[in-house]
Amino acid sequence: MSWALGWQKYSRVLVIGIQNTLVYRANFLFRASISLVPLLGTLQVWRTIYGGKADGGTIAGYTLSGMISYYLIVNVVDALTAVTDDDWEIAADIRDGKISQFLLRPIDYLTYRLCLYLSGRAIYTSVAVIPVILFTLYLRHDFRWPTQPITFLLFPLSVLMGGLIQFFIAYLMALLAFWFLDVSTLIFIQFAFEYIASGHLFPLDLLPAGLQMAIFLTPYPYLTYYPAKVFLEEDHGPLVFGFAIQLAWLVIGYVAARWAWSRGLRRYTSVGG
Amino acid sequence: MGTLQRYAAIYGALWRNSVTREMQFKSNFLLWIVVELLWFALQLAFMQVLYGQTDSIGGWSRWQVILLVGVSNFIQQLFTAIFLTNVNELSEHVRTGKLDFMLLLPVNTRFLISFRKVDLGSFINAAFAAVVIFYAALQLDLHPSFLQFIGFAVVCVAGISVHYSIMFLLATIAFSTVRAQGILTGYYNLFNIARLPEGAFQRGSFKAIFTFVLPMLLVANVPAKTLLGFPSLPSQVGLLMLMSLICFSASELFWRWSLRRYTSASS
Repeated sequence: MSWALGWQKYSRVLVIGIQNTLVYRANFLFRASISLVPLLGTLQVWRTIYGGKADGGTIAGYTLSGMISYYLIVNVVDALTAVTDDDWEIAADIRDGKISQFLLRPIDYLTYRLCLYLSGRAIYTSVAVIPVILFTLYLRHDFRWPTQPITFLLFPLSVLMGGLIQFFIAYLMALLAFWFLDVSTLIFIQFAFEYIASGHLFPLDLLPAGLQMAIFLTPYPYLTYYPAKVFLEEDHGPLVFGFAIQLAWLVIGYVAARWAWSRGLRRYTSVGG
Repeated sequence: MGTLQRYAAIYGALWRNSVTREMQFKSNFLLWIVVELLWFALQLAFMQVLYGQTDSIGGWSRWQVILLVGVSNFIQQLFTAIFLTNVNELSEHVRTGKLDFMLLLPVNTRFLISFRKVDLGSFINAAFAAVVIFYAALQLDLHPSFLQFIGFAVVCVAGISVHYSIMFLLATIAFSTVRAQGILTGYYNLFNIARLPEGAFQRGSFKAIFTFVLPMLLVANVPAKTLLGFPSLPSQVGLLMLMSLICFSASELFWRWSLRRYTSASS
């Protein structure tokens, strides 16, 4: 009974979230398209580097088409999972005292935000798919599709898990608003680390071994790098291992989010009086 | 009092306002510098990783590209320091009707909009970029002549002016739609192209567009080449100067045209 009620309640939130974000379709389309343009430049630089190598040369195990596919998949995963304005909105809700209304109602703020994140991602992806498909068609000669059917099951799973970890990171960063007046700089600093450690800028295999080890102790590689590797069907040995780590970070993220929220609320009430 | 003197006095007053404003939030001011430094370090790290795999990209060596990244950041930070906030606020002025008030002041309105606020932190970041340029120049054992320095300063101004003109033109779209913000952020995204060595791009539509329409591949590459003393320089300098003139004229024409059609947002 309570489950059915909960489903009803939060599915309404999902629908409202979808309706609200639909307004931004044109904005999303523009954002998704323009972000591919600098990528075109980066890929051109890679082509030039590969051009200087003997035919069929590899870099850290990547052929040219492997490298191009990597960047494309990372962009797809990013479109599917990146938080756009969720963290800013949560921080603003806390700062402006808007969360008070959630404390009075039988609505769980974490679930509520998760629903909004999922609906926002659904709409963004449905729009971003247009430029991404065009872009992939343009690069079709270099794009490597998976060869094993199981990948079409594992890839979405890894993206979903990565997305949820991404959400919890953003949620935790936003909760810092309980303690700090302005969290935007902290969010940007976190994002800089995420940008490099999740494999956005380049595949993590290019880094020195020691640095790689350190990065793999953080949750970041499991946001985009790991799903991309699943799609490219590399690292078959530790595949199960990778999913286990994703799951572990997911649990840690959830527990930390609950904990930080309750700690934050104690502070919130004391300030709000 | 001459016109130039009067405008210099006004700009001085605007500077004093900005300093007072920034010093109210000192810790925030420092944190933003850290944020920008981190992103700058990321760009440099990316190039280091690339040059871990090769010695030359399109004829550019490692330290030449590091110098290029430094120059590109230098120009971007100076642009941010002087213009970015102001250009971003244009649509806000239209929406709130503040533009009406500015139109009535006995000062050139575009001057007032473009120079209202100064972002001091970005000057500090520009200084960090200058340090990277200097260090790369030491590694390359460069000995730029006095003429090269003057040339560098001139093409840097041209590069900043290209960014400013295009951004102002895009912001002027705010007169017809309130949602110009997305377009501005989008253009800022393209700054990423400026730090790529032009030599990596062969002839093609990408190179043509980002040379002759949105001259991203000139903005930082030409100043860097000026310091490096690349042989193909004179024609490239001419091209950047021409493009900056075209961009500025286009933005001024569009601005005047938009002002003529402007019918206030309020009442």
